[in-house]
Amino acid sequence: MTLLTVDGLTIRDASGKTLVEDVSFAVGAGDRVALIGESGSGKSLTSLAMMGLLPPGLTASGQIRLDGADMITAPQGRGQVAAVVFQEPLTALDPLMTAGRQIAAPLRRFQGLRGAALRSAVHDNLAAVRLTDSDRIARSYPHQLSGGQRQRVAIAMALACKPRLLIADEPTTALDVTVQSEILDLLDRVVTEQGTALLFITHDLPVAARVVHDTHVLRDGRIVESGPIARVIAEPSHPYTRTLVDSARRFDTALQRRRP
Amino acid sequence: MILSADRVGFAYRTGRPALTDVSLDVRAGRNVALVGESGAGKTTLLRLLLGLTRPTSGTIRYDGNPLARGNLRDYRRAVQAVFQDPYSSLDPRQRIGRIVAEPLRGLGLDTDPARVADALDAVGLPADTAGRYPHEFSGGQRQRIAIARAIVGNPRLLLADEPVSALDLTTRVRIVDLLASLCAERDLTILLVSHDLGVVAELCEHTAVLEHGRLVEQGDTASVLGAPSHPYTRKLLSSVPRLP
Repeated sequence: MTLLTVDGLTIRDASGKTLVEDVSFAVGAGDRVALIGESGSGKSLTSLAMMGLLPPGLTASGQIRLDGADMITAPQGRGQVAAVVFQEPLTALDPLMTAGRQIAAPLRRFQGLRGAALRSAVHDNLAAVRLTDSDRIARSYPHQLSGGQRQRVAIAMALACKPRLLIADEPTTALDVTVQSEILDLLDRVVTEQGTALLFITHDLPVAARVVHDTHVLRDGRIVESGPIARVIAEPSHPYTRTLVDSARRFDTALQRRRP
Repeated sequence: MILSADRVGFAYRTGRPALTDVSLDVRAGRNVALVGESGAGKTTLLRLLLGLTRPTSGTIRYDGNPLARGNLRDYRRAVQAVFQDPYSSLDPRQRIGRIVAEPLRGLGLDTDPARVADALDAVGLPADTAGRYPHEFSGGQRQRIAIARAIVGNPRLLLADEPVSALDLTTRVRIVDLLASLCAERDLTILLVSHDLGVVAELCEHTAVLEHGRLVEQGDTASVLGAPSHPYTRKLLSSVPRLP
């Protein structure tokens, strides 16, 4: 079943300039799809539009259906269907609230949990993102946690109500490379365990290749190529995709060359 | 030997040492990579090498002489820096021509516009760039401007702190190509601080790995990345996302 359908999405700014043009794609239950694009490609605007979070001044046309709900005309009720993890966990988390309370908020609101049941659900969610020292983490404020721990908390918060779609917008870009690797493994594992569909938004082709099966390549607000990511990397058909793959290949080959 | 750190240590007033017993040599024509993650001490070491902070122990030497107040002038001319964020490293109120000429003014050298034009040309920007402002340029172009500013006084050594980390992949390739060609054409050597091992493999002959303020491994890039001896280096290498 299709969870998310984006059909002919076009986004314009107040002056009428087109920022995203005629973007269409779908994410079905359990799918893993990437939107790959560089600065100005429109990938972040597309993800904001899907959550009904476009900044004032921007208008979207076309159709975005999230589990049947129209996210352009009536952007609401997405709470239990889809959740987002953003790039920078330090700004995504409330600095004045402990990690435990932030994870508790959606559980309290959407699942009506209270008291001991709520506490135990918070700890289960922390354990699900492999934060083993869950008592200490739950009592900590965001600034007391490392970047990787903060992103794990943000993922735990997003997954707390078992959404059917997880939208991850550059979730590892701000992290060190070893931490990035751990977070990618974690995302891979939790979406497999919970059967969650994943929409992964990134500029980084090799990172996307680690977690998704299918991809759409965006450039200047348009999708220029779509397909299974292994095929797109092996046989890019659009010149821009070729440039992107060649760029990634350059550094990959340099690394390979240094290994006898 | 252009620049060297000899058993350098540094501790902030509170807390544990940020650097312990670090020795690193930068020789002319041999680009050096300093690899490590947040909190490893990369930036602290760079500040010591730039003469912005003095080590708690050990010595930084330029051309064999310890860096000290009073003998920094030659050093300042010969060693320039490029930083990670091309959006915050250029003064938004000044025209590009003035920004690029800044090291010349600072060192009391001739600020002939021809030198600025030459530097802009060397980084692949048109001459009319000089009359424009930073906000008119993209991230990659701004990084070119920052590089033009660094090379305008013909330095011997460029200390580059994550110069391509904030850039898109396709732009990253172009800036790495630019840095490689500047090294070849202008007798420039680079000390690259980076966590991106692909960029390191592409640009640097020597690699030093920093973890918790200590150099855990250093040597030819081929041997450090090809046959890493330290577990941390192996972990870094295995964490790099590779193409299928």
